[in-house]
Amino acid sequence: MATLIKGETGEWEVVIGMEVHAQVIAESKLFSGASAHFGAAPNAQVSLVDAAMPGMLPVLNEHCVEQAVRTGLGLNSKINLVSVFERKNYFYADLPQGYQISQFLHPIVGEGAIEIDLPDGSSKAIGIERLHLEQDAGKSLHDQHPTKSFVDLNRSGCALMEIVSKPDMRGPEEATAYLSKLRMILRYLGTCDGNMEEGSMRADVNVSVRRPGDELGTRTETKNVNSLKAVQQAIEYECRRQIELIEDGGAVVQETRLWDPVKMETRSMRSKEEAHDYRYFPDPDLLPLEISNDFVAQIKSTLPELPDQKKHRFMQDYALSLYDASVLIAERGRADYFETVANDNDAKLAANWVINELLGALNKDGKALKDSPITAAQLGGLIGLIADNTISGKIAKDVFAEMYASGKDAAAIVEEKGLKQVTDTGAIEAIVDEVIAENPDNVAAYRGGKDKLFGFFVGQVMKKSQGKANPGVVNDLLKEKLG
Amino acid sequence: MSMDEKTARKVASLARLRVTDEEVARRAAQLSNILHFVEQLDEVDTDGVEPLPSPVNIKLRLREDKVTDGACVEAVLSNAPEELEDFYVVPKVVE
Repeated sequence: MATLIKGETGEWEVVIGMEVHAQVIAESKLFSGASAHFGAAPNAQVSLVDAAMPGMLPVLNEHCVEQAVRTGLGLNSKINLVSVFERKNYFYADLPQGYQISQFLHPIVGEGAIEIDLPDGSSKAIGIERLHLEQDAGKSLHDQHPTKSFVDLNRSGCALMEIVSKPDMRGPEEATAYLSKLRMILRYLGTCDGNMEEGSMRADVNVSVRRPGDELGTRTETKNVNSLKAVQQAIEYECRRQIELIEDGGAVVQETRLWDPVKMETRSMRSKEEAHDYRYFPDPDLLPLEISNDFVAQIKSTLPELPDQKKHRFMQDYALSLYDASVLIAERGRADYFETVANDNDAKLAANWVINELLGALNKDGKALKDSPITAAQLGGLIGLIADNTISGKIAKDVFAEMYASGKDAAAIVEEKGLKQVTDTGAIEAIVDEVIAENPDNVAAYRGGKDKLFGFFVGQVMKKSQGKANPGVVNDLLKEKLG
Repeated sequence: MSMDEKTARKVASLARLRVTDEEVARRAAQLSNILHFVEQLDEVDTDGVEPLPSPVNIKLRLREDKVTDGACVEAVLSNAPEELEDFYVVPKVVE
């Protein structure tokens, strides 16, 4: 889905790469034993290591290493058995060390690829360049005082994974599809909660434009792009800005820009330019990280079924469309729910009811699936009643509404309200006869060639049966009697 | 390799050190001396030699993922020039 953008002087192709910072789910920090949980009182989760007191030494958290390897495996990427922590030097008030411990030349995870699903129902592979482990910085509050900034170091030293993609995306849709697939994979793996609002997943977007088939153009890096919507908007803005600049005879400057979600624009962060001279060097406090093949194999053996594997299995085993499968795998809980509903049932019907009815109703109420008043087994029960002709699809919608309101089983509601479908030909025949007798004019018109009136007769019969007549039987009988 | 004055100014600025115009020539010369001293290592042929991360044959030690530290806000803030409600307070640094 390579979308080309029309400029004044012809068409342009936009090229996008992304750097995503994902906070590692762990009890404690990357190099210290302070808690890594979110939301504590200011500076309550800071050790003397995190505050960079002289003489403090970093000791690496083994679980964070496992999480990085697990993520690398989930991104189908190469795991590097030797990686090196380096110091990235810069000054900022919320970085007490004066450097961030990161990985540079030798990251723990190398190249790989993930599959993204696009709105038009196609999918595409996006390359992963690398994943490395690094420390998060603290947090500065600038709005508490006219001339002062407040610094909280609770986040300082928490483990981050920086996941860098290849410049494989060709439009804002592909970029948002990449980010949501990445988030989905991290959540399935349990390595990051993917919560963009709380900042546990943050994206920097690299954008450049070129004439189709040309070499890569000069790129800008836009920071502070912290929702799927912001990714879309920032890319749209930034590629339009670059195209206009070039078409007016200017040139794109390689720089860091900031997304302003209020003004809906990116703007240059000139002061960042000098700071880009990070003078990386291996951290003398830390030896190279060596892991064994056994360590990697052990983690591999505990990987869950990943979103793309699940998607392909759903398409194969349940004959679902790519679209249905993509919607169902979006969350692990949703996929599990569907599989319970589909158990011993018509899978296509199950998918329709989960996606259109259940998710629709929950969405309308702003509820999550885990708060659904209808359990997966109950929804399966309803679909069983449709499949064995106990109730019609139309009645099923009423039963569903009742289940959603009361939490009762479908069978109980059908029983209680006498909604069982009438398949007894004799009973339906009586109604058909009645309808024919009551509408002589329409009968004559139908027989005279007004075929469309057939629907009228079906409607009348269904109405008289209170929707309980089996539509197939009604059709057959009407055809026979109206001749 | 020698260090010119421009580079010396840049290094100083990256390290957030103030260097006066009078001082800069002297600092550049001092840094050049250090570079020349280290450059002696170029005499050694290191082709095909793997970098040695440590002269001692030990492996990186890892720790278990347990909360064993923190909850010492008083100690952490004890050297802060200014604090308020357990925050460090610094001159405004927003752009």
